[in-house]
Amino acid sequence: MKFMEQRSKAMKAELKKFKGFNLKNLPEFEGLAPGHRACQGCGTVLPLKLSLKALGPNTIAVSTTGCMEIISTPFPYTSWKIPWIHVAFENAASVASGIEAAIKVLKRKGKISKRQKINIVVFAGDGATFDIGLQFLSGALERGHDFIYICLDNEAYMNTGVQRSAATPYGAHTTTSPAGKVIKGQITWKKNLMGIVVAHNIPYAATASPAFPIDLMNKVKKASLVNGPSFIHVLSPCPTGWGCKSEDSILTAKLAVETRIFPLYEVIDGKYILNRKIDKPKPIEEYFKLQRRFKHLTPEQIEYIKKRVDEEYEKLVKLCECFGVES
Amino acid sequence: MGKKVAKEVSIAIADAVAQCKVDVISAYPITPQTHIVEHLAELVNNGELDAEYMPVESEHAAMSACIGAAATGARTFTSTASQGLLLMYENLFIASAFRLPIVMVIANRSVSAPISIWNDHSDVMTIRDSGWIQTFAENGQEAVDLIYHAYRVAEKALLPVAVNIDGFTLSHVIEPIEFLDQKLVNKYVPPLRMKYKLDPKKPITMGAIGIPEIYTEAKKAQDEALKASYRIIVNAWKEFEKLTGRKYQPVETYKMEDAEVALIIMGSLAETAMNAVDLLRKKGKRVGLLRFRLWRPFPMRDFIRAIGKVKAIGVIDRAVSHGSTGGPVGIEVRSALYQSNKRPKIINFIAGLSGRDVTVEDFIEFFERTYEAISKKPKFSYEIYGAKE
Amino acid sequence: MPKDQGLVSWKELAPGMFILEPGNSVKFKTGDWRAYRPVLDKEKCIKCGICYTLCPDLCYKKDKDGYFIPDLYYCKGCGVCAKHCPKGAITMVLEEA
Repeated sequence: MKFMEQRSKAMKAELKKFKGFNLKNLPEFEGLAPGHRACQGCGTVLPLKLSLKALGPNTIAVSTTGCMEIISTPFPYTSWKIPWIHVAFENAASVASGIEAAIKVLKRKGKISKRQKINIVVFAGDGATFDIGLQFLSGALERGHDFIYICLDNEAYMNTGVQRSAATPYGAHTTTSPAGKVIKGQITWKKNLMGIVVAHNIPYAATASPAFPIDLMNKVKKASLVNGPSFIHVLSPCPTGWGCKSEDSILTAKLAVETRIFPLYEVIDGKYILNRKIDKPKPIEEYFKLQRRFKHLTPEQIEYIKKRVDEEYEKLVKLCECFGVES
Repeated sequence: MGKKVAKEVSIAIADAVAQCKVDVISAYPITPQTHIVEHLAELVNNGELDAEYMPVESEHAAMSACIGAAATGARTFTSTASQGLLLMYENLFIASAFRLPIVMVIANRSVSAPISIWNDHSDVMTIRDSGWIQTFAENGQEAVDLIYHAYRVAEKALLPVAVNIDGFTLSHVIEPIEFLDQKLVNKYVPPLRMKYKLDPKKPITMGAIGIPEIYTEAKKAQDEALKASYRIIVNAWKEFEKLTGRKYQPVETYKMEDAEVALIIMGSLAETAMNAVDLLRKKGKRVGLLRFRLWRPFPMRDFIRAIGKVKAIGVIDRAVSHGSTGGPVGIEVRSALYQSNKRPKIINFIAGLSGRDVTVEDFIEFFERTYEAISKKPKFSYEIYGAKE
Repeated sequence: MPKDQGLVSWKELAPGMFILEPGNSVKFKTGDWRAYRPVLDKEKCIKCGICYTLCPDLCYKKDKDGYFIPDLYYCKGCGVCAKHCPKGAITMVLEEA
């Protein structure tokens, strides 16, 4: 009990000091260099850029195998201006754990300056997080390492050509959940990863969208100020895989929030905070209309999705009421 | 000369790792190495060892964490066996390609299926191609000495090292061990200084894509590094001899000077085989024994020199390479000899699988069969010895 | 003689094939990917910086007057900046052949 209270207090103090970013005071630092090979309009590299901007140069990044690793490090070029390591597909959380442990003990033994605060951040795709890397994420969260895990969720295995993952939304067309004549798209609902992560009782978890860049940067910064594991689930549009125009990628990220499909919320020390109340959601068809991966949806499927999205949103609102911050 | 203490070999290994001032330990239990990680946990929690102890959630995570820690410049340790080694398989190749000085103990155990906890070499024989430096201990003293040696070599060669001990038959036995004095350990294993590591002051990118235009060069560079580590390994043993008087060489020989027939065996069974050599020598047979202490990089020159003028070699493997031309050691031995001018006859047995006892009588029979092989070619290229028909 | 296909000699590679020059992708021109080019109307621009914030390719740089100018060496012509400019100050113009 005492440990949780102390952690809560320390966290509240740190978070209180942070005033938040705005368009006028954005840090100039870039952790990513141009010349990377992401597709036009990539909505996954954008949150990557923004996160690195928020974290600053004293950061070590770990990537999983995936789009972000491939587009940023085709030998001999690298777009990473900070130290970066890529090991394998599923184990970024464990690699980050090892880095964190090393820094901790090297500081204790005086080999690294104790005053140098080094952020450790993982950039992992949805395939690497929801599927193959779930064990590693869970282990790292349970051990309580001080690191940030950012899941850049573009809702399929995009790098290998758009195969379904557990993060693929119901009904979406992918190459392994195609919209066929008999079965139309993904048949399971998106895995509730935030629920799984929050169950680990970590100090900070949040959802974010690149269409709200300041909110995203603030959340990444808060995650870095918190002592212990943090997790940020970023909905990252992929024009190539979602079948939308390159200029619409960020617009889809905006509509996902405004239609209640991807609500923006934080769970700070177990307390739910809804960042953006969507009392009048935009019609879900507006979101689907922009993306070829949904164009085959039947009226029944759309009805089901509408109902379930609203149900989940209401559940979230209730969680904020029951386990929210006392006003 | 220090004093000898009686210790279980697993515990002694953990004590040696602690003496080497390891920074990060990633631990996952698996029979028969668990005593090593248990004792390390005791040392850390009692404040006797200043290290970060990570109780990871799988062996794959264990090696991943070691990679992350080593890439940051920390001295690391993990230990595993059998299924655990196979689970971390993909990371082994990455660790050696990244040139990270990780040290791992493998308590050799059978590989499923059928599931078995007993000792043979089928686990380590699957990692021959992984790019790791691999050594084999025959007894407790050697196991401890190979730990000191592993850290020195790993950090000079910038390659990971796997020290192999026989599960149960070596890991769980109590033997007399003489530890190196701490001052000498500090000298033999100086603080780790890595030129290339994850450091915000000097950012580098580790793990870029090996496009076709560079992968070959990357592999050649890694291969040359492993070959070059031979010098470092041998010199480290020479330094060790100066400190302790204990002499270690890549290929251990026993009564090979005038041998006409020899057996090759890996690991602690060599001590049983030596009894058979002694018995046959009393009867006037010129027999000898060879053991690979260094397995990777394969000590070709030492091996060719060590076999002297034998007319036949019996290779006793402790793992099966299904459908192949021999057991793993048999294959390597035949391949090494083919490239030399020497042409002793070879007979290859697979014995001691999953803890099955290999007795002095068995070794005597191996010697007899090897004698027969001088004049009569064996019927099979390898024989699983002792299987009930 | 085998065809010389390697980028660099194996002897020149850093151990582990690490890349030692951070951010050297700046040498790679992604600008020739684009079909459309962003054109800024400075009259309409309020220097809010949304284009700079949302550009996935880190193209935008502030000039001495505070306007954000796209770097055409890297710009892939995705059109996100034009789409989200609050004043419609950016237009995507077809590149000449």
